[in-house]
Amino acid sequence: MVMLFGIPLPLTAEVPATMLAYMVKRLFSAVFAVWVVITVTFIFMHAIPGGPFQTEKAIPPAIKANIEARYKLDQPLHIQYVDYLSHVVRGDLGPSFKYRGQTVNGIIAERFPVSFQLGLLTFVIAIVAGVGAGIIAALYQGRLPDYATMFFSTIGISVPSFILGTLLMYFLAFKWGLLPAAMWGTPRHMIMPAIALAGLPTAFIARLTRSSMLDVLNQDYMRTALAKGLPRWRIIWVHAVKNAIIPVITYSGPLLAYVLTGSFIVENIFAIPGLGKHFVTSIYNRDYTVILGLTIFYSIILIGLNMMVDFAYTLVDPRIKLLGGKE
Amino acid sequence: MFLASQLLKTFKGVHILKRNFMLLVVLFIGLALLMPGCGNGGDGGDGNGEAVGDEMVLVHNVGTELETMDPHLATGVPEMTTMLQIYEGLTRLNDDSLPELAQAESVDISDDELVYTFNLREGLVWSNGEPLTAEDFELSWKRALDPELAADYAYMLYFIAGAEAYNAGEGSVDDVMVEALDDKTLQVTLEAPTPFFLSLAAFATYYPLYQPAIEADPEGWHLSADTIVGNGPFKMISSAQGQMDFVPNENYWDRDAVILDRLIFTMIENESTELTMFETGEVDVTHTVPGPEIPRLQQTGELHIFPYFGTYYYIFQIEKPPLDDVRVRKALTLAIDREALVTNVTQGGQLPAYAYVPNGIPEHDGSDFRDNGGDYFSYDVEEAQRLLAEAGYPGGAGFPSVEILYNTSEMHKMIAEAIQEMWKQNLGIENVTLTNQEWGVYLNTRDEGDFMIARAGWIGDYLDPNTFLDMWVTGGGNNNSRFSNAEYDRLVAEARMMDDEVARMDVMHQLEDILMEEMPIAPIYYYTLPMMVKSYVKGYSKAAVGGVDFKSAYIEK
Repeated sequence: MVMLFGIPLPLTAEVPATMLAYMVKRLFSAVFAVWVVITVTFIFMHAIPGGPFQTEKAIPPAIKANIEARYKLDQPLHIQYVDYLSHVVRGDLGPSFKYRGQTVNGIIAERFPVSFQLGLLTFVIAIVAGVGAGIIAALYQGRLPDYATMFFSTIGISVPSFILGTLLMYFLAFKWGLLPAAMWGTPRHMIMPAIALAGLPTAFIARLTRSSMLDVLNQDYMRTALAKGLPRWRIIWVHAVKNAIIPVITYSGPLLAYVLTGSFIVENIFAIPGLGKHFVTSIYNRDYTVILGLTIFYSIILIGLNMMVDFAYTLVDPRIKLLGGKE
Repeated sequence: MFLASQLLKTFKGVHILKRNFMLLVVLFIGLALLMPGCGNGGDGGDGNGEAVGDEMVLVHNVGTELETMDPHLATGVPEMTTMLQIYEGLTRLNDDSLPELAQAESVDISDDELVYTFNLREGLVWSNGEPLTAEDFELSWKRALDPELAADYAYMLYFIAGAEAYNAGEGSVDDVMVEALDDKTLQVTLEAPTPFFLSLAAFATYYPLYQPAIEADPEGWHLSADTIVGNGPFKMISSAQGQMDFVPNENYWDRDAVILDRLIFTMIENESTELTMFETGEVDVTHTVPGPEIPRLQQTGELHIFPYFGTYYYIFQIEKPPLDDVRVRKALTLAIDREALVTNVTQGGQLPAYAYVPNGIPEHDGSDFRDNGGDYFSYDVEEAQRLLAEAGYPGGAGFPSVEILYNTSEMHKMIAEAIQEMWKQNLGIENVTLTNQEWGVYLNTRDEGDFMIARAGWIGDYLDPNTFLDMWVTGGGNNNSRFSNAEYDRLVAEARMMDDEVARMDVMHQLEDILMEEMPIAPIYYYTLPMMVKSYVKGYSKAAVGGVDFKSAYIEK
């Protein structure tokens, strides 16, 4: 049984007969989860005072009526809800209220690729650096590399991305002029924001890997492997790392979903035209369709990646089976 | 045998694991770097302010992603600034905020000041070379008023006869009194004499739009640089990756006045990042400056503090005791040390406000409305104490608890804290509490009158005191104070019908007199717009309303 923060992952629960049945079941529960997310978001969103067309300058009632009629906000809530759901089913997330002329689908299509590139780079940095540092720390437990790794990972966990980002910008761009300070478009623009974003997950993964690795290294079969005279590198890579990496895989699903969909604060500091900004500003703007559309989008990515993580377990650890457990 | 096969298996496992891992890494990095659009941007905004090759390039940060590129739907300063470069109305505002004829060559105004007949310039064409006619203006203005379009700023056209009725869904489009007499002549009949109509004609809602583009795609025509057809000094050639690029519009009637080879607008929201990019030379003109940096930046000589044509004030909800007593409202107003507030708290070069209407509005003889009206009060603690005692709260004794409401922001909070302290020190009022609400919630609370004192700001829409004063009529949509004064309402209605400019300005002064006598609001400061402009940037213009005009800007090193 694989545990994540004390919650058992449903890997060994009621195992359906075939892979296909399992997939179908997961898919159904995913659709249900997305529906719940939509409904709860819809209710909360409309419960916040204010609306999308409220401005400090009151607009004449006639104009306000025109706008509300245009976006069907003059209809009762349950009609709006049913109407919205029927559009979502057809893959239409509706028009943005704030960005006139733009659709939510259009906003996602334009901005997600930017967040995706940055997120992927961040993810690679975090996994490579985090796992690497964690393994080294575990192997040199109680010695200098261990202390150094743990020292930096403590800093990495406690320093927020906007401080790291600001420091990077001050030195790399302002002081030394090595990189462009902000904006987007070339690989050079990606370096600082990716490092700023990767700081925390790298540190977290390093700690995760280290403790998991130490756990594995103290297992009996490690001693057996040593006794059998296997080369050290093979013991480490084959027997230890492969087992120790499972918590990292568990964490990588939500992490990937998080970094791929963009970070408000890092995008703001580095003026990156990504998706993260809209997660925050749509709520300020009461841009109902954007709030809902992004929530749906994020849920789908998160649920999808978690499913992929479940499948990834089976690749790493053959004892974990998604189906047909009783052999 | 068993051991060997195990070993072989594990060896294979290692091999596969290693290979897969490396493959994954390569795949990830490759994907990240080769994603479509990634290698595309070229320089992405760096290395400007100097001639790149022989090109004269200027970079301005408009400060945010635009909400729309449709001039009739635009409401914010970043949008207005952008439209100003690619569109042009019948008039254009100059550096002194006065209208100059632009697309129109001449205008005839009837004696009763109700009928304006504009004659367009010879040979006007759109950026795509198609001829631009008076009919384009007629159709565009009617489109802006279409209730189906639901434009926020449609009311900027309400000065035209029949416009309001049509926009409210009560009248017909045929009754909107704007008509193209022929290709070159546009006749407009106004609801009432409007002395600032020529200024209005420069506003974005009055821009002509290229009808075929709108007909082809009514919703999305303005989303792509390919389908935007303008008539202004520049034309947009691309909008991607957080920046917009403009080149001179070769078909612009005043092409020779346009000197820049390329204009780039960035959309950096973070003020510190913007300043860093200014200092590294990646941005030549910023859209604002972080307040605390102003004292340091003043030394550079590149800080410019422009007037902003707006007032920051506190609203008293006058239905709520003790604020229903004008003496209390005055006491609270007089006990605020505005000088200290702007020098120590806001630090953005704001001007202390001792009246309501800001500087910058010219009267008929060119003199400033504010100078003529003068100050209505001063920082007068003794008088404030006297008024408070008269109202029954000597030394603040027995003063009920009052609450200051503001939308969540560090700056509003600091101002509210300073005022809370001033009222305590100067008037002995102990129980002032502060409440902050998120923007939408705060607007809602204000509209519902569910507050005692609330911060507010008003930015004028057009260069006339009326844009500040007519909002305080009884039941007005922006009258959150619930102020109601019969004389005031009568004068606002009267001013609408007046064609004598001198007499009308006189009424405007009377309106401000009443407002400052009744004090439903406490003016605090006049907004300013601090911007960083590189010393080599010349020839740009900044009117009191709207953004920076780069039409004639150039770079001189």
